[in-house]
Amino acid sequence: MRGGRNNAGATSVFQCGDAGPSDGAQTADERFRLLAEEQLPRLYTIARRLIGDEAEDAVQDALLKAYRGFGRLQHASAGPAWLTSILVNVCRDRGRARARAPEEVSIDVVGEFSLYRKIADEDPFPYSDSLHLDFLAQFGPEDVRAVLARLPELYRVPLVLVYVDGFATKEVARLLDAPLGTVLARLHRGRKLFEHELWDYAETNGLLLEAAR
Amino acid sequence: MITCAEAVEQLWAYLDGALTAEDKEALEEHLGFCRVCCGEVEFAKELRGFLARSVSEDLPDDVRARLMSTLDELGAA
Repeated sequence: MRGGRNNAGATSVFQCGDAGPSDGAQTADERFRLLAEEQLPRLYTIARRLIGDEAEDAVQDALLKAYRGFGRLQHASAGPAWLTSILVNVCRDRGRARARAPEEVSIDVVGEFSLYRKIADEDPFPYSDSLHLDFLAQFGPEDVRAVLARLPELYRVPLVLVYVDGFATKEVARLLDAPLGTVLARLHRGRKLFEHELWDYAETNGLLLEAAR
Repeated sequence: MITCAEAVEQLWAYLDGALTAEDKEALEEHLGFCRVCCGEVEFAKELRGFLARSVSEDLPDDVRARLMSTLDELGAA
């Protein structure tokens, strides 16, 4: 997968003093600050989901790159999406840098795994009337973050952008500079892996035992 | 007629509204008589909501303060 097409900054110069999308009498610095400040919570949220503990550093990197490339932003209304694309690329670069193994996962690894059927077959809570919901109820926010962190970046990024942050698959294809078909295939594998890892995490971390007591 | 395995493969895409009209029709025909796959659909809906709800992340005050300092430094550069 290629990266960085949307990644402003590497070859740009500081040009915010007289550039950037115009909005009244504000300077480019003021407009950038306004945009960035407004988007900080959203950017941090996305970064936390994509890259966990490195979120703050990733947002900081993204702000620097965005500042340097602000002059190339044509329309103020595109600012949030533009900042998001820079952040996503920063997160992907960081994810790739820390990946120790090739990340393409064959669908054979998760095969036809169905969490729904696995829960029904294993019946971890024999006295439950709502077995599947009870299974999900065992996971706290930290557990879900840990499960997402287990997924290779290749699959975690589209999964989070679509199902957590609500981006359309076409938007994700644009953000990642990848064909729509590639994004859909990675979403499919990402969903399968997520289901598989939820079960594996529950088993290895004693969530099923605690609930059955 | 599609099999349960084929139906399960398409459930999330179905919920995303990403299936072709032909695939959607075939899946809904299957769901019309397969209780297990109907359960799969309901669980897939729950799982999507669970994923969206479970990882909300607020911006901590100290992180906000440090990022705002970065913006201050950029403006002063």
